[in-house]
Amino acid sequence: MAETITLGKALNHGLRRSLEGDDKVVIMGEDVGKLGGVFRITDGLQKDFGEDRVIDTPLAEAGIIGTAVGLAIRGYRPVCEIQFDGFVFPAYNQIVAQVAKMFYRSKGKVRLPIVIRIPFGGGIGAVEHHSESPEAYFAHTPGLKVVTCSNPSDAYTMIQQAIASDDPIVFFEPKRRYWEKGEVELGADLSGAFPLHSARVVREGTDATVLAYGPMVRTALDAASAAAEDGRNLEVIDLRTISPVDYEKIYASVRRTGRAIVVHEAPGNIGLGAELAARIQEQCFYSLEAPVLRVTGYDIPYPAARVEEEYLPDLDRVLDAVDRSFGW
Amino acid sequence: MANGVSDVGADAPAGGFVQLLTPDGERIDSVTTADGTTYSVDFTDEEYRSLYHDLVTVRRLDAEATALQRQGELGIWASLLGQEAAQVGSGRALRPQDMAFPTYREHGVLYTRGIDPIMPFGLFRGVDQGGWDANEHRFNGYTIVIGSQTLHATGYAMGVTMDGKTGTPDGEAVIAYFGDGATSQGEVNEAFVWAGVFHAPMVFFCQNNQYAISEPLERQTRIPLYRRAAGFGFPGVRIDGNDVLASFAVTRAALDNARNGQGPTLIEAYTYRMGAHTSSDDPTRYRIASEVESWKAKDPISRLRAFLAKQQIAGDDFFAAVDESAKTLALELREKVLEMPDPQPVSMFDHVYPHGSPEVDAQRARFADYHASFEGSDH
Repeated sequence: MAETITLGKALNHGLRRSLEGDDKVVIMGEDVGKLGGVFRITDGLQKDFGEDRVIDTPLAEAGIIGTAVGLAIRGYRPVCEIQFDGFVFPAYNQIVAQVAKMFYRSKGKVRLPIVIRIPFGGGIGAVEHHSESPEAYFAHTPGLKVVTCSNPSDAYTMIQQAIASDDPIVFFEPKRRYWEKGEVELGADLSGAFPLHSARVVREGTDATVLAYGPMVRTALDAASAAAEDGRNLEVIDLRTISPVDYEKIYASVRRTGRAIVVHEAPGNIGLGAELAARIQEQCFYSLEAPVLRVTGYDIPYPAARVEEEYLPDLDRVLDAVDRSFGW
Repeated sequence: MANGVSDVGADAPAGGFVQLLTPDGERIDSVTTADGTTYSVDFTDEEYRSLYHDLVTVRRLDAEATALQRQGELGIWASLLGQEAAQVGSGRALRPQDMAFPTYREHGVLYTRGIDPIMPFGLFRGVDQGGWDANEHRFNGYTIVIGSQTLHATGYAMGVTMDGKTGTPDGEAVIAYFGDGATSQGEVNEAFVWAGVFHAPMVFFCQNNQYAISEPLERQTRIPLYRRAAGFGFPGVRIDGNDVLASFAVTRAALDNARNGQGPTLIEAYTYRMGAHTSSDDPTRYRIASEVESWKAKDPISRLRAFLAKQQIAGDDFFAAVDESAKTLALELREKVLEMPDPQPVSMFDHVYPHGSPEVDAQRARFADYHASFEGSDH
């Protein structure tokens, strides 16, 4: 049954389906119960599944993740909501020192099938700590897998796949795309779904490869449409999985196009784009017509809302990078 | 005051503690705290002897581990010397279905769970990071980051409630171990909040051994630690941590309260770390010899031995036999440690993710190829 719904609603449907499918799945976080979360992603779930399955927690992020670890040892599958990207740091210790390492520490005897949902990125005119892109911190941590969705259909499927996975997964949600609509096949069988840890070519092209994820996929697609008017045929890849990255799909594309441009909101320095550039030059060296270029946030703290549009990569900055690539 | 303690015991800190066996080996039949709870034990002679056996055994094993470290066979060792009563008493208060969340010093609790003492030595020898199944042993992995395990214990205890395993005498309970230093951690205070709010079936067992490496208790708190519990809405009790009977009695009661649905309790076991923080530490830099001497007079083993002898529950033959069996166990432990093989280097790539990772797989393969490239060469 295909329905046109927002990305936020798609997540809500996905969470509902996971709660229905496995009674060990529990949702926990600040305001996720009666309120349905500040973005309403868990709207109505506590009413239907009860206060033991959708748990309004005390206001302490380390506590959310730390107790989720214990619940997971007990056999539960906690889905934790961190209210905003910039609020994850009190939980950073538990995520990096415990969630990421328990399986390794126990030589595979203790699994922590925890999903940590984090709305991330800017563009919503918020105050400090509400617009950050901290994905590289987590992608840098062995033992965690990191994914992000860019559209309603993927949101619906990927959240269910993440919950069903025994790997600890940090699930970044592009908060400014929560209200964008798309067609979602509700109730579709997960077993035939596109794999969670795979990148997807979302626009085929021949002249350059634009790599993006989360909120920047829409930006990259818009840039590709604009570039087409100039006769440039851009391929856009939605990474979807940030750790591990689906490199083979990227290499195959870049070997065809000979050019790669990475786009993300996070600061460029030591960001995902740096790693992608290093890998691409190593694996696609003889195919490259130009250096791998990056279009990213600047290496500054996330700025005040009135200037965030100047900070965030947009269509023009992506096209500028495309021009620079072709000008090489 | 909800947080009652007795004021018995000449050696008690201001405010008192629950003590059922004095440093001289005198039994106190029962102690009733200010909240009206009466603590006592009703051990048979055999049970008393068994407690003594455990105390001596865990001390002897600990001494062997310290020696192994000094001989270069362990990378580091965190000694429990002085804390045997707190650990053996509380550990034996656990029922088989209960779950323990240790720090990295609870070798005595581990022993009382019936676990082979060799289990944590891979960690200290450096051949693994622990590597046991928490659920199989009802004993979580050693947690090194201070206080983090208190949240894990609390979450686990919430799961016990969600599973409907509380509210009866056969219910499950959870115990979280931590030290005086840990009480300053935000995570521990969050665990207190969570446990109080969710009425978690658990016991917070704080071994206040007076030092967090070099920092004395005064750097962690202005009030006795057990009194912190009142602010979180559950009872706190201080016990003589060198008294195995008090440790057993109060922990057993608190665990039974938890399993019966009465919520959490904080127990502060007032004790002393007789040795160094770890084998890498030099306590002479921060504490004076007379303080250590004064705690020697409160030794947990000698007081039980004095009691057993005075009551003619055990005699020299028994004491000698216990020493002998502990020594045998220690030598077995030594042999097992020495036989512990170094892991294959390539195994460091194992168990990073339950579902694996193409990145790790590729690096493992490159690592193997790199090493294979030296085969037959002079490298």
